[in-house]
Amino acid sequence: MMRFMLLFSRQGKLRLQKWYTATAERDKKKMVRELMQVVLARKPKMCSFLEWRDLKIVYKRYASLYFCCAVEEQDNELITLEVIHRFVELLDKYFGSVCELDIIFNFEKAYFILDEFLMGGEIQDTSKKSVLKAIEQADLLQEVCDVHLGLL
Amino acid sequence: MPAVSKGDGMRGLAVFISDIRNCKSKEAEIKRINKELANIRSKFKGDKALDGYSKKKYVCKLLFIFLLGHDIDFGHMEAVNLLSSNKYTEKQIGYLFISVLVNSNSELIRLINNGIKNDLSSRNPTFMCLALHCIANVGSREMAEAFAGEIPRILVAGDTMDSVKQSAALCLLRLYKTSPDLVLMGEWTSRVVHLLNDQHMGVVTAAISLITCLSQKNPDEFKTCVSLAVSRLSRIVSSASTDLQDYTYYFVPAPWLSCKLLRLLQCYPPPEDGAVKGRLVECLETILNKAQEPPKSKKVQHSNAKNAILFEAIALIIHYDSEPNLLVRACNQLGQFLQHRETNLRYLALESMCTLASSEFSHEAVKTHIETVINALKTERDVSVRQRAADLLYAMCDRSNAKQIVAEMLSYLETADYSIREEMVLKVAILAEKYAVDYSWYVDTILNLIRIAGDYVSEEVWYRVIQIVINRDDVQGYAAKTVFEALQAPACHENMVKVGGYILGEFGNLIAGDPRSSPLVQFNLLHSKFHLCSVPTRALLLSAYIKFINLFPETKSTIQEVLRSDSQIRNSDVELQQRAVEYLKLSSIASTDVLATVLEEMPPFPERESSILAKLKKKKGPGAVSSTEQEDGKREGGELNGGGERGADSTIAASNASTPSPSADLLGLRSSGPVSAAPPSAGSLLVDVFSEAGPAAPAAAVNDDGFLSSAPPSVVSEDPAPPMPQSDELLHKFVCKSNGVLFENQLLQIGVKSEYRQNLGRMYLFYGNKTSVQFVSFSTSVTYTGELQSHIHELSLNVQTKPVEPLVEGGAQVQQVINIECLTDFSDAPLLNIKFRYGGALQNLTLKLPVTVNKFFQPTEMVSHDFFQRWKQLSQPQQEAQKIFKASHGMDKEVLKGKRIMENFVCAGVIQTKAQQVGCLLRLEPNAQAQMYRLTLRSSKDTVSKRLCDLLAEQF
Repeated sequence: MMRFMLLFSRQGKLRLQKWYTATAERDKKKMVRELMQVVLARKPKMCSFLEWRDLKIVYKRYASLYFCCAVEEQDNELITLEVIHRFVELLDKYFGSVCELDIIFNFEKAYFILDEFLMGGEIQDTSKKSVLKAIEQADLLQEVCDVHLGLL
Repeated sequence: MPAVSKGDGMRGLAVFISDIRNCKSKEAEIKRINKELANIRSKFKGDKALDGYSKKKYVCKLLFIFLLGHDIDFGHMEAVNLLSSNKYTEKQIGYLFISVLVNSNSELIRLINNGIKNDLSSRNPTFMCLALHCIANVGSREMAEAFAGEIPRILVAGDTMDSVKQSAALCLLRLYKTSPDLVLMGEWTSRVVHLLNDQHMGVVTAAISLITCLSQKNPDEFKTCVSLAVSRLSRIVSSASTDLQDYTYYFVPAPWLSCKLLRLLQCYPPPEDGAVKGRLVECLETILNKAQEPPKSKKVQHSNAKNAILFEAIALIIHYDSEPNLLVRACNQLGQFLQHRETNLRYLALESMCTLASSEFSHEAVKTHIETVINALKTERDVSVRQRAADLLYAMCDRSNAKQIVAEMLSYLETADYSIREEMVLKVAILAEKYAVDYSWYVDTILNLIRIAGDYVSEEVWYRVIQIVINRDDVQGYAAKTVFEALQAPACHENMVKVGGYILGEFGNLIAGDPRSSPLVQFNLLHSKFHLCSVPTRALLLSAYIKFINLFPETKSTIQEVLRSDSQIRNSDVELQQRAVEYLKLSSIASTDVLATVLEEMPPFPERESSILAKLKKKKGPGAVSSTEQEDGKREGGELNGGGERGADSTIAASNASTPSPSADLLGLRSSGPVSAAPPSAGSLLVDVFSEAGPAAPAAAVNDDGFLSSAPPSVVSEDPAPPMPQSDELLHKFVCKSNGVLFENQLLQIGVKSEYRQNLGRMYLFYGNKTSVQFVSFSTSVTYTGELQSHIHELSLNVQTKPVEPLVEGGAQVQQVINIECLTDFSDAPLLNIKFRYGGALQNLTLKLPVTVNKFFQPTEMVSHDFFQRWKQLSQPQQEAQKIFKASHGMDKEVLKGKRIMENFVCAGVIQTKAQQVGCLLRLEPNAQAQMYRLTLRSSKDTVSKRLCDLLAEQF
């Protein structure tokens, strides 16, 4: 089961956080700080997995954003890497060439998409179509932002 | 999906976010936020009712501010209003706010639950999904209480939409994880299992997570899932890549579902049904075959998805550990990955091979990759990969390659990353000890360790080398020579000085014949390091000096002069000063004989689990060192350490060089006489070697004043829960075992270590918090039951607990020591009650403390003739207890060690209690044909016979 997912920028700004177990705010902040430091210090060609506390960290960088998941000991690292990728694909499809700014200005949408994809730390559906169909319900969309850096 | 288009999006929100982003400083940001908060507050408080859109906008702003890391203490009520709205977007934002900012205000929760209830019964699938998401996100006990009964119904109802089923399955999983007692599957079990057959792949994907979790907890009830999972897997594995349409991911059919199916199968042993098993083996072979096929796409997503399935399949093969062919194929496949250009694959291959190395079928196959792994240790650029390589070398090490692996690890240590040095040092030390054939190699290795990475050599490591040298007289001369040489180096690590001081103090005489290492040369060499060392090391060296006076009378005057010098006898450190004064006095007034007795060579150390292994286990966390390894460690350690009685502890304390007075006692006088006060650092030095395993009871009796007092234990419990139904079973697990996991649930794990000597026992309880949240008001108490309580004035057991810390951090472990004195024989175990608050909810559980009367057994040697004579003497009917029962573990394994006479097993022992000693005789007669045993116990006390008979009968 995934314990939490974090999206943060290269500058160490947290863009999205999703916690799948009850965690005190104070602990969350501490963990985020610690983990960002560890991940940001790693070089590009390094392996995408690392052991951290009693968890496995799986992370991948897309353009300026780091997607970082904490999973449990028995979870599969490679498939978690593809959970991240599928989430990026969903964001990309929804926003149309997604960029960091989309996620900043439409954070609530990013949460809705993530909720349709993962629930309670487990995969709810892996089909892009099903997930996006669920999102279509919300048809009041936010304003376009001008810059598209393109994460993919 | 159209690119994001503007509509009546929340312009105000976008402006606010832009403002925040444009803030030049943290102060400006805070100012802007405070302004906004004031604005929102006034809007919410204003007389004018806000429309839905404005409410949504403001709630969203609050959410944004919260996610920036600021505290938000209002807006919940508006959010609840939103989630009760009929407009989807408003509802959605309302739920999001509540999910992110969970609030435990009970009035609010009542309102939220009300909203959720309405949505769940609305029959509008999108509303239902939102409500289920909210329950899963919050996952609180209150929500479980309100909805745990309803959700299984939604999950299996025939008319539920697929998307709702998916949400319901995962929502239920979340509730099961937080409040398992409230989720009762019962009647739903079979329908939930059959979701594996659902036509909709999304439903299967979601449901399988739930089924896996339920199967782990109730394997028997869910075992029908095995054949369903195998046939589902088989269909996916054999399908063409296009069959599954949207569930095919970069040409790989349903990778997530495949991984989940393979993970589910790991909850069970290999299928018993031949057809099912055949089908599964076929699937596993197909997966292994596919790994050899050329990739269908160059994209990394394709290979990741494919390999994710492969690694999960290998995990299943390792879990079964019964198909040699598949194990070897798995090993070969991983061998290929060891040289793959993807760092991720190399990392995973090293990790996965570590578990393969422990299987007897693949251990040899793993060993063939030794050169590649050594190369990885040397050349990998990523420290986490090197760490995995070091782990694998450790796992694949055996007698045949130990020297090579230890040498490689030592040479790697010279350049190793600081973060992993300590662990590497422990591993090298363990391997050197475990596979030492000749002990000179062992000594060389440890001294090399100290030379190369002295700072990372923990006390346990150098204590251990001393322990082993003391216990093996064939290596003592070599050790003395080697440390002597090592100390010649102009700069040597302080740990080297410690080992050197200790060993020369004990065995310097073995090399004193050589004029190059004559007594005075040895002394001068040690003393040349003295001034550079810390106080504890200096204290140790002073003890070595006094030992020298005994070993080499010719050094007496030189050493006395050193002791007499102002820098010793007036040292500002009280410990050093005391030693100097005492040793000086001892050397001048004691006769040679007395001196020789006091400073006699150390007796062999008692056999224990290697303290280093214990340390590594602690470092890696429970469960990291496999149980086979632990057993190995014990077995090999035993070989190495030859002999040694448990009781030798006391002798150590008595003849310890640093305890100057020969009358230094074990009777608790230690604190009264200033002369006999043992210098704490060195005095406890050798006892500390065992501190991981815990000091033996007699030593404890000295140190702990309260131990022997007969004051009744404090009984602090308001209303402890009744003992758990399984507590008897748990108790029986420990009848013949002194260490292990006493209890485990989702929150808490309780480990036990115990040791007994005569009528005294000491038990260590380890409470591990398995969650990431702290336990507060953690308290434990020990109480008596039944028989014990009725005779409150004649307690059978005197149990003393030390209080535990009231806070247990997430993932942390706290230890509690319990001292037990057996006053008379007893039947009922004391109850251990544990109370703590987890996320606000009080947890209250009661277990039986695994103290049974047989723990106070001491074996007696007896020839068979004596045995039967005594047997006949105890022939009164009330002295005997007998049971005839069916063998529950098969007959080949014998739990009892005893003398074998014909087809009978007999044992003799004495139960030690404070009041009396109860001699017991036991006879076990197996009947292999009927698979039955007859167990007969005779003792001088009827209650003892009966209780022992009851206890031991459960063990066969």
